[in-house]
Amino acid sequence: MYEELKAIVGEEFVSKEPEELYIYSSDPGTMPPVKPDYVVMPKTTEEVQKIVLLANKHKVPVVPMGGALSLSGLVRPLRGGIVVDMKRMDRIIEVNEKARYAVIEAGVSEGRLKAYLDKKYPSLRISTPDAPPIATVTANALIHGSGRLSQIYGFHSEMITGMEVVLPTGEICRVGSCSVSPYWFSRSPLPDLAGLFIGWFGRTGIVTKLGIKLFPKHRYRDVMIFVTENPSYVSDVIWRVAHTEMAEDITVWAQPRPEWAEGFQHTTIYVTADSEEELEFKKKIIRNALMDYIKQKEGGFLYLTPGMKAMFLQEPMSQLVRFADVRRGGGFEYVGAILPVDLFDVAYQKGLEIVERLGIDWAFSIRIIGRSHCMMFAYAYPFNRADEEDVERARKALHETNKAVLEMGGIPWKAEAPAQQLILESMDEGAKRLIKSVIEMLDPNGVMNPGNWEVK
Amino acid sequence: MNLKFDPDRCFNCDSYACLTKCQYLNYDFESAREERIKIAKGEYSKVLEECKTCYSCEEYCPYGNHPFYRIVELQEEYGINLAPKPISKQLVKMYATKEKDLAAIREVGSKALSLCLFPDLRDNVKSKLFEGLPVIMGRQIFCNLVYLHFANMSVIKERARQTIENIKKYGVDELVCFHDECYGFFNSYAKAYGIEVPFKTVHLYEYLYNWLKENEDKIRKLNVKVAYQRNCSNRLSPETDRILDKVFELIGAERVEREYDRENGICCGAVFQMWGEYELAEEVQKKNVEDMAKSGARFAVFNCPMCYVALAERTAKAGLMPILVSDLCRLAIGEMPKLPGRD
Repeated sequence: MYEELKAIVGEEFVSKEPEELYIYSSDPGTMPPVKPDYVVMPKTTEEVQKIVLLANKHKVPVVPMGGALSLSGLVRPLRGGIVVDMKRMDRIIEVNEKARYAVIEAGVSEGRLKAYLDKKYPSLRISTPDAPPIATVTANALIHGSGRLSQIYGFHSEMITGMEVVLPTGEICRVGSCSVSPYWFSRSPLPDLAGLFIGWFGRTGIVTKLGIKLFPKHRYRDVMIFVTENPSYVSDVIWRVAHTEMAEDITVWAQPRPEWAEGFQHTTIYVTADSEEELEFKKKIIRNALMDYIKQKEGGFLYLTPGMKAMFLQEPMSQLVRFADVRRGGGFEYVGAILPVDLFDVAYQKGLEIVERLGIDWAFSIRIIGRSHCMMFAYAYPFNRADEEDVERARKALHETNKAVLEMGGIPWKAEAPAQQLILESMDEGAKRLIKSVIEMLDPNGVMNPGNWEVK
Repeated sequence: MNLKFDPDRCFNCDSYACLTKCQYLNYDFESAREERIKIAKGEYSKVLEECKTCYSCEEYCPYGNHPFYRIVELQEEYGINLAPKPISKQLVKMYATKEKDLAAIREVGSKALSLCLFPDLRDNVKSKLFEGLPVIMGRQIFCNLVYLHFANMSVIKERARQTIENIKKYGVDELVCFHDECYGFFNSYAKAYGIEVPFKTVHLYEYLYNWLKENEDKIRKLNVKVAYQRNCSNRLSPETDRILDKVFELIGAERVEREYDRENGICCGAVFQMWGEYELAEEVQKKNVEDMAKSGARFAVFNCPMCYVALAERTAKAGLMPILVSDLCRLAIGEMPKLPGRD
């Protein structure tokens, strides 16, 4: 099989060397490593197709991989097989400035697309997630990622305009407007087949090209941080700010370090505009929306010096890296729970209860998605990978958090295999049957990333 | 640790300048007298809620009776929250000395420059002006007087002696204070509360004057008009304002006469923004900068870094060049200072 893979991608881009397989066996999260048999790096859709056909021939699993930064071990080959690292497919194929979309190959990173737009199309931007710049745009969108524009435009998956997919049987198909038109402008008004590939963690095919929406980039950007000391206020604070429709992005963070941050909730509000007058106007509307809290002395805006502002205006924020390694050893994982915003207080209290009981380092970081339609509540737990007890503590905290999230009515995001099973336990029977049917229909040989969304 | 405050001085005062001269309160003589007496007796007065904590009454009081410190003590006693509670509480935690701050203390010699809590100014003091003067800064030497704006006298008292102890551990006999607030802490606050300061302190203006006087041959007069933003904490050492005039004279800077300078100086607005009083902040910033702009000055000159942060952009948009006093002096000796806080 090694020889056959070599014939498809060339010797340089296939490996079965133990040290390389080791690297591909895990991510910085807590999930135990699972070694692949081979790693390949295709350059074209046709090469991906040939790899999938080969996998079918040998009945060997095939697992697509973007930046491998989900932290929940999503690209570990749960049943071994071939990991298909998409990073060589890194062409930005098209930017349609007027229709505001880009067509990219699946290996294009967030950093590369952002830099490209900054240079060639300075009036356009993507919704950047708070992930390292090497995270890929496609994988992030496919796992329902969110980012700096999600408060206005929703999950990154909602920004997908079309895709090219290699199905588990090796056929190539396009979904969205690009299936009938040379333009990748929209998934509407056709039957929305994109749903067959979003949120499935590569269980239904390998996306090789993606159409993604771009958005206006404004000249002025500013940040405001509203501080409260009572978590029960936060969902209302979010609701009020979202109601103004003046904020581009709303996040909330709470953490015990540095010491001054402990016990407080910080609602960070990003505002953009094309003139200083517009910026001031928007900030004033937001301040007025929260004036009841200010007058009652229950909340107020942090005074930000230019240095502090510059830090918060970074995309992505480099400070996050420091937190991610606070325990040293490079271990970091979080449960990103997708929850209704009005559950903020319950989610916050439950999270505190878990971290206090388990005595674990933590940070809560929340991003509002849509006009407070829901939130991504990240319970983040850094740990030292060299310390097995520390890893186990974090693993336990993550498991307990996943269970708690489901109990309170939320859904764990980018769930690792055990969390997927927890979700399936709570899922409507009809939905489960449909998931099973879809997988059986698309992947009759069971080769496409098996072990994920396994309905028993 | 009690404030040296004599109520009889207030009872016998015939001016009530503390209230009648206040830039923010509008009391006639009679109502000023009534409220002043309440304050002297330690009773609740509406002044406690209306006070904008501009420090000015410390300067206006003809008897040095510390009316401002008295007001802040009573504000705290009566549980008045000037700022949103989370903002006040977080600020107290933010600037508390940590173990690692104490661990950073090293003997630096007999003389040092205190940059207080302004690391952004580190590059601005890399100058011939400060050559040979070791710089110390950090929470461990922070005077904490900022909490006067937050009705929190107790935290200042609680930390005061430790701050002085910490500075002593640097081995200094003489401390040059970059910021008025630090100088005010040692020379006004500490005296008002009977705290001994076991080293000499020198105000930045005095230091600059002495340096420039000794190096007059290095000065190329700037021949510019400057509008000066007198900050709140300079009210604690009004005598230094006269030294600043001498500094300006040496470097050829003409301090323009304008409405909001000297005794009539007004706030930069930063504190009002922290309190959530945005309209007041806007009002004082607007009239202050408009006053600077119409004065014909080329530079807007600051000593307080907070004033600089609050007003620099606005003064620049009004056509003035914002600059720190020390940076203006650097221009006069042929140095090109960088903008504070910029890489």
